[in-house]
Amino acid sequence: MSTNLPTPLLEAKAVAKHFGGVKALRDVSLTIRHGEIYGLIGPNGAGKTTFFNCMTGLYVPDGGGFTFDGAPLVADAPQHAAARGIARTFQNIRLFGNMTALENVMVGRHVRTRAGVIGAMLNTSATRAEEAAIRQRAIDLLHYVRIEDRAGDLAKNLSYGDQRRLEIARALATEPKLLCLDEPAAGMNATETEELRELIEGIRDDGTTILLIEHDVKLVMGLCDRVAVLDYGALVIEDVPAVVQKDQRVIEAYLGA
Amino acid sequence: MSKWLNPRSAFGITLIAVALLGLPFVAAMGGQAWVRILDFAILYVFLALGLNIVVGYAGLLDLGYIAFYAVGAYTWALLASPHFGLHLPIWAILPIGAALACLAGVLLGSPTLKLRGDYLAIVTLGFGEIVRIFMNNLNAPVNITNGPQGITLIDPVAFGDFKFSGNTQLFGLTLSGPMKYYYLLVALAILVVIINLRLQNSRIGRAWQAIREDEIAAKAVGINTRNIKLLAFAMGASFGGIAGGVFAAMQGFVSPESFSLMESIMILAMVVLGGMGHIPGVILGAVLLSILPEALRYGVGPIQMALFGKMMVDPESLRMLVFGLALVLVMRFKPAGLWPSPERKRELSEKRTEGKA
Repeated sequence: MSTNLPTPLLEAKAVAKHFGGVKALRDVSLTIRHGEIYGLIGPNGAGKTTFFNCMTGLYVPDGGGFTFDGAPLVADAPQHAAARGIARTFQNIRLFGNMTALENVMVGRHVRTRAGVIGAMLNTSATRAEEAAIRQRAIDLLHYVRIEDRAGDLAKNLSYGDQRRLEIARALATEPKLLCLDEPAAGMNATETEELRELIEGIRDDGTTILLIEHDVKLVMGLCDRVAVLDYGALVIEDVPAVVQKDQRVIEAYLGA
Repeated sequence: MSKWLNPRSAFGITLIAVALLGLPFVAAMGGQAWVRILDFAILYVFLALGLNIVVGYAGLLDLGYIAFYAVGAYTWALLASPHFGLHLPIWAILPIGAALACLAGVLLGSPTLKLRGDYLAIVTLGFGEIVRIFMNNLNAPVNITNGPQGITLIDPVAFGDFKFSGNTQLFGLTLSGPMKYYYLLVALAILVVIINLRLQNSRIGRAWQAIREDEIAAKAVGINTRNIKLLAFAMGASFGGIAGGVFAAMQGFVSPESFSLMESIMILAMVVLGGMGHIPGVILGAVLLSILPEALRYGVGPIQMALFGKMMVDPESLRMLVFGLALVLVMRFKPAGLWPSPERKRELSEKRTEGKA
């Protein structure tokens, strides 16, 4: 860890989580720096998604904690994580199926906008202006992930690849500092994966730090600046891909020794 | 907004306005009873649109909605009747009724936030019954609600000297009490339609729909699901409270038996039968389910007398039969309701995107 960047964006300190007797996370500590693509890999059941859920407030960790952007992250409710600037996608896509693609992204603007019931009922000029801004930003984001032509379609009618893109657009609508992608390439073919890689790199180049959980080791090694490996809920190694790839413990974890 | 300037829409709106204005005069030809039936139809439209916010938008299955209606009705009854000797004006009672119903909504909402579907339905059902039983028993040791006898001689709606009960001469026309209430209710219903429409396409409306679709994803994008759900309960309850107040004033009498579980189910059926979350559908459902039973009552008796010379089936029991059959048929053939929102290939994808981008 030679680079002398200022404070890291996210710092996990000895995060632990157990479900009954199962220790899903054993004192995991890692740091994510500003502007990098950070990969989190590990075999099935290694605790990747549990870590994710602790960080985004869906689970409350049993030990340890997170520092995000210079202040402790109180992981008590997901909406607070979103307000702080952590957005996520889900391993099994969770869109608002009976709303249009555009509306899905517009919902993502919720946390950055203010209009309330009274404003909506009276249709005040402030509400209308905000509504127009929400709509415009949502349209821009659909352009950004290149599904603008599906704006009026119900989310459930979109193709699998487009649903993944829509979920990313919705997450980006919350203006995250850290975008967490939970296995975004799952179920994608080679072409789609390549397009996804371009999209993720584009998002990083536009200034959003990315945490990537992925099974596709090739994608992770090619895309990520640094990689952490989890196995049985414990951190095995955290380093640049070239080092991680050659690490004996990682090879054992994946091949089974 | 430019929709309003479109001449075809303007023509349609004028047509609807004329029809709404003239309807009570047509109904009055069949007797004032029919005007009263119209009144109740509009009142149910109002109630169903209030419940639509909770059930249709936010997807929270509420089987105790009538409780809020009861709170509103009893508020009016207690504050504008000889029972306590209070006669507050409408601009005081209606907001108080709405606020109390809103409070009841939050009270019901807060313990049930983590419940969904069937479980929420059971709790809300229980809440509805609790309120009714309270009204039934709050006559001892201190007589508040006058128990099962109910409260009588409730003041009608009045603005200054203009009372909504009795006949009024206006521009050479005789307006009966029910007709005046009709116009008041239509005005209120139009208001609630506008509010529903505006909420539907608002930040809060989208948050409700998001919660209905996927609560975890809604939380992940930063929606405070607890507050937003409470807001849905509170809004729906307030509308119920206002409807209850007008009901008490219109009837001049309230008793606990007006607020049975059956009423909650009827209003829910209006929303579901018409098309959940779709305003024209909900209006259609409310009008159909409130007018058809009355039409049956007035139609079936005479028909039986003409055909058989005696009453074979009591219209009241026939009503439940027809009602049940209608529900089964609609759920079988139009599960999304009689008039669901169109699979929304919305105009916004083509027109508005190009217009504004």
